[in-house]
Amino acid sequence: MMTLDIHKIRQDFPVLDQRVNGSPLIYFDNAATTQKPSVVMEALSHYYKTDNANIHRGLHTLAERATAAYELTRTKIKEFIHAPSSDQIIFTAGTTGSINLVAQTFGRANFSKGDKILISNLEHHSNIVPWQMIAEEKGAIIEVIPVDDRGVLDLEAYRNLLDSRVKLVAVNHVSNAIGTINPIAEMIQLAHAHGAKVLIDGAQSIAHLDVDVQKLDIDFFAFSAHKLFGPTGLGVLYGKRELLDSMPPYQGGGEMIKEVSFEGTTYNELPYKFEAGTPNIADVIAFSAAIDYVNGFSKEALFQQELALLAYATEQLSVIPGLRIVGTAADKIAVISFVIDGLHPQDIGVLLDKFGIAIRTGHHCVQPLMKRYGLVGTCRASFAFYNTFEEIDLFVKALGRTINMLQ
Amino acid sequence: MAYSIQETQNELIEEFGLFDDWADKYEYLIDLGKKLPSLSEAFKTEENVIKGCQSRVWLHAEKQGDHLVFEADSEAVIVKGLISMLIRVLSNHTAEEIMKADLYFIDQIGMSQHLAQTRSNGLLSMVKQMKNYALAFSAK
Repeated sequence: MMTLDIHKIRQDFPVLDQRVNGSPLIYFDNAATTQKPSVVMEALSHYYKTDNANIHRGLHTLAERATAAYELTRTKIKEFIHAPSSDQIIFTAGTTGSINLVAQTFGRANFSKGDKILISNLEHHSNIVPWQMIAEEKGAIIEVIPVDDRGVLDLEAYRNLLDSRVKLVAVNHVSNAIGTINPIAEMIQLAHAHGAKVLIDGAQSIAHLDVDVQKLDIDFFAFSAHKLFGPTGLGVLYGKRELLDSMPPYQGGGEMIKEVSFEGTTYNELPYKFEAGTPNIADVIAFSAAIDYVNGFSKEALFQQELALLAYATEQLSVIPGLRIVGTAADKIAVISFVIDGLHPQDIGVLLDKFGIAIRTGHHCVQPLMKRYGLVGTCRASFAFYNTFEEIDLFVKALGRTINMLQ
Repeated sequence: MAYSIQETQNELIEEFGLFDDWADKYEYLIDLGKKLPSLSEAFKTEENVIKGCQSRVWLHAEKQGDHLVFEADSEAVIVKGLISMLIRVLSNHTAEEIMKADLYFIDQIGMSQHLAQTRSNGLLSMVKQMKNYALAFSAK
């Protein structure tokens, strides 16, 4: 196995090299957003300095360069998730934007009164609320796949919930709050056996797990660029061609049309049908650099580094009296959610920040999951491959001092 | 005669001036939080919850003569410490004094980070809510 030179890798991420409140920054909030390698910033600035133009319309050289770079990212994403073709890659504003697109187009065209949408108890609000909105409009019903005390989905209950009224199963690949990796291959097979389509929220898996949308037979896959070391404000929706073709357009405007007259409008083909208006050109182009950066490593080597960090942190944290890890599934990405007896997560987060340590505290946009565990929130440390074992030692030490200060 | 809002703020600035490092400062703040009497359960109502804080914060206001008296509580002890200071500065003053108060002490004791406009920090919401109560009482 290829070994990673973490020291060298860290130099690619300039943001990591700073002091926060007098201490070296320890960034353990990678599930919220990952840091960006210099090549991404350089690509962004290069585009604005040399190629800035609106795409697809202009005949001039700059417009051609910008268009080519924009479309190259689409091709790279196609390869990254093993999609059959680039025109099934649609740019959106983020995972949330991608899910809303499917809810408002596929949902609007396919849901009727009494139809069911299955989601899970692990979902982020972004994979709950868009379905509630369209379900209310269409008279469809939302049912929830339960989760056990470890944070593992109850597949037996899932099987029982599946019937011919289920039109869509919308689940995350990985839980943002507690890190569980869901058995999506099996879940997709089961859904398809009942004639249901499946949307996978890949926001938390895209940077860590290999995703092959064809092998997994995924109908819709959504993710955000900023969680894959790319820019914010950009997301991707992959969809099967027959589904995307059959769906009505989402937003109206420029780019998504073929011909417009006051009598009526015909729509452009994929993917432009779903990309109304001038898109986020600069960030799409810069995202290309993020994908190249990740492709420069073995994805397996990066994931093994993260799993080693997870195992070490889990071991170190487990010996702290009163600390309980929330989410103990066997299959997890490098996310540790925890609570400490008698202490509020917010207090822990505020003090750790004074030590220069960035973790996330609160409900993590999964209030139904917090309710399931009877918690107001947790502390969440989430690692990326550029984190180190020394950082975990410093974190555990700071956490110990934090607990002493609060008790 | 009770202290003016300005005098109490200066007193807090002096108290916090004794600490050299952040840890001592926060230990003092945590201590203030622990010492703040709990709000009676009867006042921990949904109506009294201040929106926009990561922990639940309850604020109860009552008019005593021409003065406004605040009581508050939170699940998080640092937040409670912050509230305790706000109560010390603003409680038991007239609505007009509260509305006009310029809370410079927060910045001067090095706690302005808690005024940040993020969803997790509620000090701004607390100050706003206290001033809203003052406005509501003065209008009566």
